[in-house]
Amino acid sequence: MKETLTGLVAVAGAAFMLIASVGILRMPDFYLRMQAAAKAGTLGILCIVVATGATLGSLSALLHAFLASLFFLLTTPIAAHLLGRAAYLSGIRPRVLEDELAGRYHPATHALGSDRAPDAPETRSAGAS
Amino acid sequence: MYAFFLNVLLALIWTLAVGRFTFHQLVLGFLLGFVVVTILEPLWGTNVYRRRLWRGLAFVAFFAWEILLSSLRIAYDVVTPRLRAQPRIVAYPLRARTDTEITLFANVLALTPGTLPLDVSTDRRVLYVHVMYAQDKEAVLQELERSLERRLLEVLR
Repeated sequence: MKETLTGLVAVAGAAFMLIASVGILRMPDFYLRMQAAAKAGTLGILCIVVATGATLGSLSALLHAFLASLFFLLTTPIAAHLLGRAAYLSGIRPRVLEDELAGRYHPATHALGSDRAPDAPETRSAGAS
Repeated sequence: MYAFFLNVLLALIWTLAVGRFTFHQLVLGFLLGFVVVTILEPLWGTNVYRRRLWRGLAFVAFFAWEILLSSLRIAYDVVTPRLRAQPRIVAYPLRARTDTEITLFANVLALTPGTLPLDVSTDRRVLYVHVMYAQDKEAVLQELERSLERRLLEVLR
């Protein structure tokens, strides 16, 4: 019973990862590809890690599984956020219905306004002496 | 937060004291530590740990369910021929104020399939989010506020 269950979870994880990679191929623009890769991939990895931990069953295996999942949950969002921001700043236009981020970055300082493009902030000017 | 770490520490001390480092002892230690912490908490002037831990657990369960649902939705979209995605970059007015709140909220968004936080405005009032299914902008903003941010802030505040 337990073997069937963990086996199913592991297979579901692998299926999610497969779908994530198909998603990378099928999605029309960079941001949607990021979404498909980052999200479905994470869920797939979590499923596999949890299934492995449950199969082995010892405390150290469970703790390892817990730690691995925790680190995945902490690191993937940061990677996804930074990649998305870097892509936007380097000029990859998203294919969207409406882009409320367009024109909000200050071209030189990359300061980001909340309702319009900001004036250059004095506090962060890099070359000020 | 402090109370939670104290509770985990007590659980570890319990397993060390018993001398059997097994999963069951760890859970038992956590439960005993929970009792100790709830009794001791008024001593340092707060009495929120019980409620917060409960809400935190509820949030984790809700969040896991949400991840599963929206993953299935995207998976369905990927394997069927037609793409239903109607992406949009929305400016989400943040109710979260402190660094911790904003970071955690952005993390939660990044883990939820279908939303990808791109950047926080310099004055920290707006979070720009790339949303995958956003035909109706107002509905998306409301959904984010009601289902995710409010629940998260209830745990943290």
